[in-house]
Amino acid sequence: MDSSGAPGTTVTLLTTPSNWSRRDLIKGVIASGVSVSAMSYFAAGCTTPLPAQTGGVDRLLSLTVNGQVRRVDVLPGETLAMTLRYKLGLTGTKLGCDRAECGACTVLIDDVNHYACSTLTHRVRDREITTVEGLESPDGILHPVQQAFIDELGPQCGFCTSGQVMSAVALLRVNPNPTRQEAREAMSGNLCRCGAYDHYLNGVMRAAREA
Amino acid sequence: MADLLGKNFTPPDIHGKVTGRAKYAEDFRMDGMLFCRLLQSPMPHCRVLGIDSSAALAMDGVVAILTADEVPEQPGPANNILTNEPHFVGEPILAVAAITETIAQNAIEAIELDLEPLPFCVDPLESLQPGGPNARTDGNTVVERDGVQERKWTEADFAAAAEGELPMGEPGTEWSYGDIDAGFAEASIILDETFVTAGTSHHSMEPRTAMAYWQNGKCYLHASTQSQSFVHPGIAEYIGVEPENLVYIAEYCGGGFGSKGGAYPLLSIPAHMSRKTQRPVLMRISRAEEYFLGSARPGFQGRIKMGFRDDGRITAVDVYIVQENGPNRGGGDMNSAASAISIVYTPLNMRYRGISILTNTPPRGPQRGPGQNQMATAVEPLLDKAARQLGLDQVAIRHINAPTHDSLYGSSRGPITSAYLREALEQGAELFGWEERRLRSGQRDGSKVRGVGVGQAFHSAGSSGFDGLVRITPDGKLHIHSGVGNLGTYSYASTSRVAAEVLDCRWETCEIVHGDSSRGLPWTLGQFGSNTSFTMTRTNFAAATDAVRKLKEIAARRLGGSASDYDIGNETVFARGNPGRRLTYAQAAQAAIEIGGEFSGHEPPEDIDSLTRRAVAGLAGTGLIGVARDNLVQSGAVPALAAGFVEIELDLETGGIEILDYLGVVDCGTVLHPQSLSTQIKGGAVMGFGMAVSERHIYDRHWGLPGAVGFHQAKPPSYLDVPSEMDWHAVDQPDPNNPVGSKGIGEPTMGCAGAALLCAISDALGGHYFNRTPVVADMIINVVSERAQSHRPLQVNTQ
Repeated sequence: MDSSGAPGTTVTLLTTPSNWSRRDLIKGVIASGVSVSAMSYFAAGCTTPLPAQTGGVDRLLSLTVNGQVRRVDVLPGETLAMTLRYKLGLTGTKLGCDRAECGACTVLIDDVNHYACSTLTHRVRDREITTVEGLESPDGILHPVQQAFIDELGPQCGFCTSGQVMSAVALLRVNPNPTRQEAREAMSGNLCRCGAYDHYLNGVMRAAREA
Repeated sequence: MADLLGKNFTPPDIHGKVTGRAKYAEDFRMDGMLFCRLLQSPMPHCRVLGIDSSAALAMDGVVAILTADEVPEQPGPANNILTNEPHFVGEPILAVAAITETIAQNAIEAIELDLEPLPFCVDPLESLQPGGPNARTDGNTVVERDGVQERKWTEADFAAAAEGELPMGEPGTEWSYGDIDAGFAEASIILDETFVTAGTSHHSMEPRTAMAYWQNGKCYLHASTQSQSFVHPGIAEYIGVEPENLVYIAEYCGGGFGSKGGAYPLLSIPAHMSRKTQRPVLMRISRAEEYFLGSARPGFQGRIKMGFRDDGRITAVDVYIVQENGPNRGGGDMNSAASAISIVYTPLNMRYRGISILTNTPPRGPQRGPGQNQMATAVEPLLDKAARQLGLDQVAIRHINAPTHDSLYGSSRGPITSAYLREALEQGAELFGWEERRLRSGQRDGSKVRGVGVGQAFHSAGSSGFDGLVRITPDGKLHIHSGVGNLGTYSYASTSRVAAEVLDCRWETCEIVHGDSSRGLPWTLGQFGSNTSFTMTRTNFAAATDAVRKLKEIAARRLGGSASDYDIGNETVFARGNPGRRLTYAQAAQAAIEIGGEFSGHEPPEDIDSLTRRAVAGLAGTGLIGVARDNLVQSGAVPALAAGFVEIELDLETGGIEILDYLGVVDCGTVLHPQSLSTQIKGGAVMGFGMAVSERHIYDRHWGLPGAVGFHQAKPPSYLDVPSEMDWHAVDQPDPNNPVGSKGIGEPTMGCAGAALLCAISDALGGHYFNRTPVVADMIINVVSERAQSHRPLQVNTQ
């Protein structure tokens, strides 16, 4: 039986992490070995790194995600998709297959599109990671690809859309004026069961025109 | 009028899809949430004799184990929540909850099962053999009212069929009309063909993950379903809770294609586990598990005899279908397939016989065009075979048999509401340049050869008798409460615009309320069966009409005169002849609250469903409530009809196919939303291409194990498998039974494209008919090199 990539922690999202003092955090660490990893999520943004966990693997690391440095506790075999979704609250990155078949989890690593389900988080500690949440400008202006996907009614069910957006963004960064055939090939690692390929390609071409 | 229908607009949920803000079931988190994993059957059929979970329960972080004995038993042969007698590989036996998913999975590995293997079957014809294996201990077919029964055919039945022909023993069901013997006697040519269509996975991109928790006796469930209100009672029953104590949230659904249309037992497991552990529980389903638990289209082994006159008119059809049904009640595909024949080809005389045989393969359920689309891929190429023999054009032979408004449908020979398939064929042939392209048929360019094809498909696409609910609030907003669900077709939004149209509201002042049962959603049919555009325009029309009546009565009460003195426009209700005497919708909503009674929702109509009644009770006093059951006339079945046109280039050396062009033409009544209609036509075509040339379940005969449990094995089409641009067109003629002329269309858009592609392949091969889907590359190579196929004619679940 296929065991889909497993999260390493109990997930408890705290809406107001700023209320947590360092003392609370350390108390949490002492109280429960299990809660250590969850607590480390709340330490995101701390300037002083927490001591490394025992066991020889430095689990606490800094990830640069959408331009922000995030401190996060990562298990040795943890995938980037799980870190993003279950540690950093970035659920825009979807898991459709968890084994590099469908592309729903596509993110950019140093501007290149990768399947986050098949990327170990520990291997991208010094890289720039961009997820679908990182495309919109702070004033709410959508990335041209996002806007073009709306204008062309690209998404149907929407589950593959984040990945389609990221592959299109990656393409336009290296090839701002692709032919439709080039776009088709560049997007071919992203499956869409609704069959919205034509509309997504319309979106890519429109984004290239309007960017 | 607001002039909204037939126009493009930006559906309100699309922004969340492109920004990642849209939350699907796996995107919700709760404090203290546990993760749940399933222990699934490794065998196609077995009995659980013992479970030793002591080692698992002793593991740090394991919180609970849930077994079949702790969940409601489903009356057989239904899909189970958990079971001690699994009937297919992957059927859940028990669930483990732990503080991490890794621990839960490790605990699964530590559980010792004592399993007794039982006989199994993955080929219906094998089960029908005298002494053949049964998929269930009590039999191999489900008979209505009598449950599971054993049916075997005789040695003589099998001997009566020639090599490669479908034997035809005693059927489980049959109907006929006319006199088929007389019909065949009248025919100039008769085709008698055996065919196989493969079972296929639904491949919803979102695995059917679910998360549940309990608060104050209420169960809160986030899950993935196509439908909202329609699934509510069924889910409540699976969980064992009163419907009013279930809060069901399904604002987004990452694809269903029929597999998430109704309630399904799997999504109740986190609710049961949460009740047991008193903690929130998330259950993720993996891609591989989706191939077992994500439903599948039944396969057919069939035989069809068709008689044609010289002009191509079909005088008689005699069809027999053996349906591969999975182990449970399964689907009614074979019956729908037969009914589809009756309306797409309107044969003068017809007989249908069918038997649905249980197999130890994934439970079957409706998949986009259930039955109708298998039939399209099987029968459409045979029309071309007849056309070739009669010297007729492929479009012409379809046109002469296509339905008209007075054609009759199915075994009941009931009326239909409208049919414009002839117009679709005519307009499609013109737009596609069929005559010119036909001249290219068979042209060679090196190893490549051209082929053209046309295909048709049907689905009964509309229903009636459900409830609509709208609400005008004192801020002047129109809230359109939609209980239909959000499959991703945007029809929940386009049909809501009918309410805005009737009430003459600007779209900017409207909000669609949907996706969460606690927000007051009416009882409606689910989002399946291509029905939303017909059914929900009617419910929204009924509710908005009720709101208009109430607006006028409120105006009369407040401003004098009678309701008939008033009219509506520009979000006001005004006296005809004295438009200055008026109330804005905001004022009228405030007045409704003050007047109370039916106006504020405190006295709802008698004929609405209990679920709608509860929704109205929760909204009462918040504005003017328009609520009504759709009591509009429906005088027949509502045909959604589609025609597809394909040109391909087939490589004789590799068996590869490149689809050069595709045009889909539909009869969906009046077009509501052109852009989303175009996505249905093209997206349906992509699925149809997959059905025609790549997708299928594979089962090992010897061990009953599945061989297609990943995208790369089961092969849904990618960008590179389909044309990068496709065309579409709508006949755009109103259906007389719909207040805005609309009918559904989602399903036949798939069948017509798959059929057209198969016809084009046969055309490129000079008229070779495979009588089988999918037609994969090695089958083409075998034909070109005049080698025998690697499968036997009636073999199922093959590579």
